[in-house]
Amino acid sequence: MIVTTLILGLVLGGTYALLALGLTLQYGIARIMNLAYGELTLIAAFGLVALFQQAGISPLLSLLVLPVLGYGLGWILYQGMMRPLVARSDGTGRLEVDSILATFGLLFLIQGLLLLAFGANFTSISYLDRGVSILGVSVALNRLIAFGICVLSGGALVWALNRTTWGLRMRAVALTPGSAPLVGIDVNRIARQGFAIGTALACVAGASISMYQTFSATGGVIFTMKALVIVIMGGVGNVPGALIAGLALGLLETFVATAIDPGLTLAATFTIFLAVLLWRPQGLFGARS
Amino acid sequence: MTTFTRRATLGALLLTAASSLALTAGTAQAEGETITIGYAVARTGPSATGAGITTIPNYELWVDTVNKAGGLKLPDGSQKMIEVVEYDDRSSNEDLVRAIERLAAQDKVDLILPPWGTGPNLAIAPLMARFGYPQLAVTAVTDKAPEFAARWDRSYWMLGGGHDYAKGLVDVLAAARDAGTINNKVAVVSVADGFGIDLINGARPAFEAAGFELAYDATYPLGTSDFATLLNDAQGSGADSFVAFSYPPGSFGMTKTAQSMGYNPKVFYVSVGGAFPIYPGIADGNAEGVMAIGGVDADSPAIQDYFARHTAFVGNPPDSWASAITYASLEMLAQAVERVGLDHAALAAELSNGTFETVIGEVKLEDNQLRDLWWVGQWQGGAFRAVNPGDKAGAATPVIPKPEW
Amino acid sequence: MMRIILPLAGLVLLALLPLWLSDYGLGLMVGAATYVTLASAWALFSGHTHYVSLATVAFYGIGAYTVAVLNEVLPYPLVLMVAGAMGAGLALIVGLSTLRLKGVYFVIFSFGLAELIRQLITWYEVNVTGTLGRYIFLEITTAGIYWQMLGLGALTLALTAWIHRNRLGLALRVIGDDEAVAAHSGIHLARVKLIAFVLSAVILTLAGAITSPRYVYVEPSIVFNPTVSFLTVIMALLGGANRLCGPMLGAVPLFLLFEWLSAHFPDSYPIFLGLMFIAVVFVLPNGVIAGVETLRHKLREARS
Repeated sequence: MIVTTLILGLVLGGTYALLALGLTLQYGIARIMNLAYGELTLIAAFGLVALFQQAGISPLLSLLVLPVLGYGLGWILYQGMMRPLVARSDGTGRLEVDSILATFGLLFLIQGLLLLAFGANFTSISYLDRGVSILGVSVALNRLIAFGICVLSGGALVWALNRTTWGLRMRAVALTPGSAPLVGIDVNRIARQGFAIGTALACVAGASISMYQTFSATGGVIFTMKALVIVIMGGVGNVPGALIAGLALGLLETFVATAIDPGLTLAATFTIFLAVLLWRPQGLFGARS
Repeated sequence: MTTFTRRATLGALLLTAASSLALTAGTAQAEGETITIGYAVARTGPSATGAGITTIPNYELWVDTVNKAGGLKLPDGSQKMIEVVEYDDRSSNEDLVRAIERLAAQDKVDLILPPWGTGPNLAIAPLMARFGYPQLAVTAVTDKAPEFAARWDRSYWMLGGGHDYAKGLVDVLAAARDAGTINNKVAVVSVADGFGIDLINGARPAFEAAGFELAYDATYPLGTSDFATLLNDAQGSGADSFVAFSYPPGSFGMTKTAQSMGYNPKVFYVSVGGAFPIYPGIADGNAEGVMAIGGVDADSPAIQDYFARHTAFVGNPPDSWASAITYASLEMLAQAVERVGLDHAALAAELSNGTFETVIGEVKLEDNQLRDLWWVGQWQGGAFRAVNPGDKAGAATPVIPKPEW
Repeated sequence: MMRIILPLAGLVLLALLPLWLSDYGLGLMVGAATYVTLASAWALFSGHTHYVSLATVAFYGIGAYTVAVLNEVLPYPLVLMVAGAMGAGLALIVGLSTLRLKGVYFVIFSFGLAELIRQLITWYEVNVTGTLGRYIFLEITTAGIYWQMLGLGALTLALTAWIHRNRLGLALRVIGDDEAVAAHSGIHLARVKLIAFVLSAVILTLAGAITSPRYVYVEPSIVFNPTVSFLTVIMALLGGANRLCGPMLGAVPLFLLFEWLSAHFPDSYPIFLGLMFIAVVFVLPNGVIAGVETLRHKLREARS
């Protein structure tokens, strides 16, 4: 019983954590609270399904291609939309409100375009939808793949941030964007990279989600909310924090569903989320600033 | 600065007044040239998915069919083409109500077709009654239909109530249990939404009255995407029958999860979405034996012809629950217009009392409600066939136990 | 003197409109009045403090839901009072606990709050009352709703005008400029923010209660429609949230624009909404009024 809850919760949590990685990177490094994040994942989800159904391209291949395109899209978005806002704000708190409103606009814009392009129907494909037994618990292979991707990309990210000079620059910009230029760091370039990698990760998440979940053009907000909850719980910009918070959230939902009432899973999520916001806005694992 | 602001305000108000006038000016209808039919349906927002599957394609198909045949027939034998006035209600009842006021008071359309969903149909019912338009509410499942039909005497409720579907399902399961095919335990999950609650409230007493034990009974919130825990608990309950009062994302998600975890109950029932044409694809070709809400008489030539026309016009077949009834309601409207014309009172009386020839067979309303409905269907041989009520002409025999995935 | 007479004359004129308008015209006026009220009430708190709240629909929905629950047991005026009290109570609890959050945290919190309330009401209805979906059969005409909403809107504007000239308004402005300065100059931050937040919330709740008879059927997913929150924000910001008439000047044209779009471009409403948001941020960051003023300044300078 407990083993089942643990395994199902961890697999679910892995898919959640994967969803949150990109968002935490975008906010942590580029300082953009991207409310259109869910829509970006949807673009990849629709892209994967379209490639699979129209061109017969294997989803696993799309999983490699789509993030590259996502990186490009993120690069363009940052350069065209976010950069002017950053320049205008001049390091004041105005950027936060501006970026929220601008990405809000982006949210509706992408949603409208997806509606026009793909219609309002539910979209779903079946790919690698068979069970794999882990310690006697049957888990869907496509979810397991998503979990694997999460562990891989999350691990790689943590490693790169902590062990490479590139990661050092990233962290410098994340911590003190004001003084990073003093040591010769091109803040704009690093922020753009952070945002673009975040978008690429959103595409990875969207592409893996499309393999196991039914989605529609209007459902992006749900992904954004989930990711936001995890990002806030882990502490914004904190990649290991997001990984742990994602897994914890999966466990929590599974536990609430089994032990208390499946009707309360979402309420429990929001309660914890609001509680963290109130008492530890720096996240469960962040240091008090 | 204050003077400027005041002048700007005044200017803006004048502009507002002018544009309000422009909006309300409307188009002067050329009396008698065409028949104008208006509808406000969700093109965008959360309801767009349901409306886009069941309601809008049928409206468009019907208008196209009628116009290609020369238009709607009138009692004097003449024919008039249909002109459509369409608004997007953005899935908001507030916008919907205003759109109906616009259709009735501004555009003065001849007929108004209803929106998609129970809530929207209830929201417009008082308005439709006040303006006197008949309201053929198809996509509204409500146990209070008799009450509503009495309250608004030109409203017609054509999809039954939660109790009906629950009772139909219990009948099917009770017959299988009495034959010794399944045990008397049932695992039920329901979505926390008006529809799911209506069904589970009807199902609980019906299951108990039939001597079933609800071995697992849980509700999950709208928006749930992971069903592994739910199905795992259902599987552990020892029930032979799994019943989900669910919406399409849930129906699809549970199907996939049941397949991947190898959960093979003898009865697998989902609600909305189970009769959608994409369902067999979602079940990866293994939909055989899955039960769901609704159903059609798949062997009837009228239905086969309708499916073929829908596929040709829309690009995909209709869903096998409310689509055919939506189309039938439009055929009723056309025949009623042909018999009594466009006068709303006469039209309403004809819809209440007349008998109509439609794709779902001969239709006659009882107390403004369509009661001759299919409650349970099952995927058999690639088609979604109605299995309950079993004594209705065209019913297929339920296949229990369901073959393994 | 004129400052009072002119608005009053305008109000009387607006109140007499139902005599001439068609049902649809009246429906339009109800919608416009609702959004003017929502945007103005939102700006009452957020305009000066720059706290972008997405909890509008939380209060609006609670108002509607209160009417749905109580409309058969209490007389209507009493129901409105209860709704207002519910809004005030919730705003007090929320305000006391959250108004120290800043920037993006407050935005996210307010959005999460609306979702949490919706989930909790759903769970309560399903598990405790066993029903979901309530009916509002009140004999209130559209004109009646319009007059109530007009009154509420006028009250909101009057209240805002009064606050602008009052110490509370000054305090709010200082807080919006710099909270640290505000605290140093002896402003009781928490109290000032709380008062403005509660006032704004009560109006939002009442607005939801007043429009609810137009819904007839109420379900959490219907009344807690997040679009209401989004529209309110964009309308207030478009006009200029820190001006008395700004929210009104944003709400009315946007409302009419969306009405026009729903008929002519039924598929592309989200695209326009999105472009609108982006345009406001990039072209009119301080709202239309401020934008026009800047333009006039520039013109005048160019001339001299």
